[in-house]
Amino acid sequence: MSAADTVARPEKRPLLSQLNQRRWQNFKANRRGYWSLWIFLALFGLTLCSEFIANDRPILASYKGELLVPALIDYPEEKFGGFLAITDYRDPVIQDEIEANGWLIWPPIRYHYRSVNNEIPEAAPAKPSWMYSKEERCQRYPQGVDDENCTIGNWNWLGTDDQARDVLARVIYGFRVSVLFGLILTAGSAVIGVSAGAVQGYFGGLTDLIFQRFIEIWSAIPVLYLLLIIAAILPPGFFILLGIMLLFSWVSFVGIVRAEFLRARNFEYVNAARALGVPNRTIMFRHLLPNAMVATLTFLPFILNGSITTLTALDFLGFGLPPGSASLGELLKQGQRNLNAPWLGISGFVVISLMLSLLIFIGEATRDAFDPRKTFK
Amino acid sequence: MTGKPLLSVQDLSVAFMQGGRTQTAVDRISFDIAKGETVALVGESGSGKSVSALSVLRLLPYPAASHPSGKILFQSDDLLAKNENELRRVRGNKITMIFQEPMTSLNPLHTIEQQIIEILKLHQGMGDKKARARTLDLLKEVGIRDPEKRLGAYPHQLSGGQRQRVMIAMALANEPELLIADEPTTALDVTVQAQILELLAELKARKGMSMLFITHDLGIVRKIADRVCVMTKGKIVEAGPTQEIFTNPQHEYTRHLLAAEPKGKPPQANPDAKTVMAGDDIKVWFPIKQGFFRKVVDHVKAVDGIDVTVRAGQTLGVVGESGSGKTTLGLALARMISSQGRINFDGRDINALSFNDMRPLRSELQIVFQDPYGSLSPRMSISEIIEEGLKIHEPKLSADERDRRVVDVLQEVGIDSETRFRYPHEFSGGQRQRIAIARAMVLKPRFVMLDEPTSALDMSVQAQVVDLLRSLQSKHDLAYLFISHDLKVVRALANDVIVMRNGKIVEAGPSRQIFEEPRSDYTRALISAAFRIETAPAGVVSE
Repeated sequence: MSAADTVARPEKRPLLSQLNQRRWQNFKANRRGYWSLWIFLALFGLTLCSEFIANDRPILASYKGELLVPALIDYPEEKFGGFLAITDYRDPVIQDEIEANGWLIWPPIRYHYRSVNNEIPEAAPAKPSWMYSKEERCQRYPQGVDDENCTIGNWNWLGTDDQARDVLARVIYGFRVSVLFGLILTAGSAVIGVSAGAVQGYFGGLTDLIFQRFIEIWSAIPVLYLLLIIAAILPPGFFILLGIMLLFSWVSFVGIVRAEFLRARNFEYVNAARALGVPNRTIMFRHLLPNAMVATLTFLPFILNGSITTLTALDFLGFGLPPGSASLGELLKQGQRNLNAPWLGISGFVVISLMLSLLIFIGEATRDAFDPRKTFK
Repeated sequence: MTGKPLLSVQDLSVAFMQGGRTQTAVDRISFDIAKGETVALVGESGSGKSVSALSVLRLLPYPAASHPSGKILFQSDDLLAKNENELRRVRGNKITMIFQEPMTSLNPLHTIEQQIIEILKLHQGMGDKKARARTLDLLKEVGIRDPEKRLGAYPHQLSGGQRQRVMIAMALANEPELLIADEPTTALDVTVQAQILELLAELKARKGMSMLFITHDLGIVRKIADRVCVMTKGKIVEAGPTQEIFTNPQHEYTRHLLAAEPKGKPPQANPDAKTVMAGDDIKVWFPIKQGFFRKVVDHVKAVDGIDVTVRAGQTLGVVGESGSGKTTLGLALARMISSQGRINFDGRDINALSFNDMRPLRSELQIVFQDPYGSLSPRMSISEIIEEGLKIHEPKLSADERDRRVVDVLQEVGIDSETRFRYPHEFSGGQRQRIAIARAMVLKPRFVMLDEPTSALDMSVQAQVVDLLRSLQSKHDLAYLFISHDLKVVRALANDVIVMRNGKIVEAGPSRQIFEEPRSDYTRALISAAFRIETAPAGVVSE
């Protein structure tokens, strides 16, 4: 390293290339999409920490000088003088025991999506707590209005479902499950679909012909019936559902990626790379994939939305996540069964439509960002 | 009408909005076109000449484009003040336009009959029968032979020259007063270019129409224009009668343009120099398959038994019309497509090697492509583009050593090495071609195939690229295979020339002999088209 070498690097590459900076500007110019992105990121970030927002265990507790994190760690009840394998912190006896020997901090909502509220004032589904008077709200607590557990932390802000579970807690966890399911499914199908499309488009000819026919047959399989059959054999679960959906959803990426690769494989810069002796895999990755990514990225938010809707629909029909899971589809089904409890249907509807709209707006802005001909004033 | 010009552009400016910034593409230009007159707008790419022409018909991407000042008076009406409906009556009717790309300006899904009849019906309200008769007349007029047979043809069934003739027929369909021709011959072979220019001049004289001719090629201007406006950086720097501009140019830029033809001669060839690349009986045949079992019934003989020899430090020029197989020959020699015959590179037959076996040789055997816009990946910085080959062929180099090599080669081709982290779109066409050359040179090749490296470039830039190639050759003792349809460039660079037609060699020999005593009519036609823009008798070259 001579001194001349250090001088020869005055222009450092910025974090985003100029092209991407322009795209970011275009994305920001779509105000609706820009705000949707932030709102969505905020909601997603919050629900990722659901355990600290809605939980039937304290976030932190101090018991006999020991600092405990019940939200993350299961402590046996023996620790507090009980006999259950897992401590029920909602039990007033345990609460008194801990408070006598230390303190505890509850999350703002003291329900997990599984926890049943035994103190609801009327038969489940119970109305949102703010629709009752204080006396009604506290009538089932041992000490009535004076009971210290009849606090705002134990409110059911959106009421309870027909199994006396808190709707708000279920909605928070349900949002997380839906978005995570959608994201994993989309990412997974993008990886498979883009690779398959890339291989077909780049090599063309017989490879392309055989793959295309295979995809035609593959996509003719009715996914819903297959799910019904598989649900009868395998226990339904998040990852089994994800796997089955993944088997079929990658197909939607193949078309665009294959077309982009077919178009670009004879571009002069690709030929130039071949003339340099660059191996096929590198050419596909470095020279062709960026072309195809524009189309794929534009497509992505809509696939994401599709995945979430599919999960909700399956849950609604009862073929989705196992019973008891936090699921927006199941909430909608309860809303349909309990027309006397409109808070169920309305909550489910608002959350799902908010989530899908935010994602569509983000998708729209992404499309603008990648549109080379779009000019903004 | 005497004294009053047909079209008068006064004080016209064009500005583009981009990312909140306004860029002035055309800056207060004025020119007049009288009836029956041909005015040429000359300038290099980016000078604003096409934008000026497009704004006459208001074909720019409004509202991103705007006209901060100026008037365009056509028969004393201001076109800029008209609304869309009024303007549509002028477009394609009184003023028509032909574009550069005959490949893309015709709709590939319609026959040429449908496309011409559409205009006649639209603007003149003709019935089917009358329109058909008129279409035949028009096709005859633009010199399409057997027009009855051609009516049902689709654009892909026609050659580039024929397509441009159809475009001209469409432009003439409504007897326009003014024809705007935007580089109508740039995408064509020199021989076809001469034919099209002759046709345009003849039609103009017969119909008495005016013409606004946009080009970067001064040779064409001299041939066709009555008056010339020289444009650079959005301004007209000089205007006057053609003869005057050519004999007595006032502005420095005009002189620069006039001096810009590729000149000079290749250095004296050493007949004993080592043979780097030799092809023996090279054949590239594409099978034509027919029937259910895809039986091979015939072959398209793109290259049919050609022998070539390229020596170190010397250039072999390959010339011919488009479709003559010259690029295919080059690609076959560089082992980019499969071929039959023996290809002897540096003493070994490389035609039997597989793609993987070829890889070590790729560094010695490089290609520079025609289109500097297409041959550089738009998503990589030029430093990444140039070092890509180094990463494969010299994987042991450290990042700093690679960077050093990139800097060196950029300086060698005359690009500021400080700019190596920029992207290709930030460079001009000539600079990009230099970068493409640098990408080939960084591997220190011994044989370089140059596939029309200058034909997408402006005339003045062509000369610079030719100079660069010549200096690189003498410095590194490179063997060039130079493929071009432009004999001006070939004469400036090649020691030996082979003339190709339909995959076969028509004539081969030392450059001087070919240019001074051509033996075949075909070679003579190529030469007169390239140097004097003259057409050959029918049948000697394709149309």
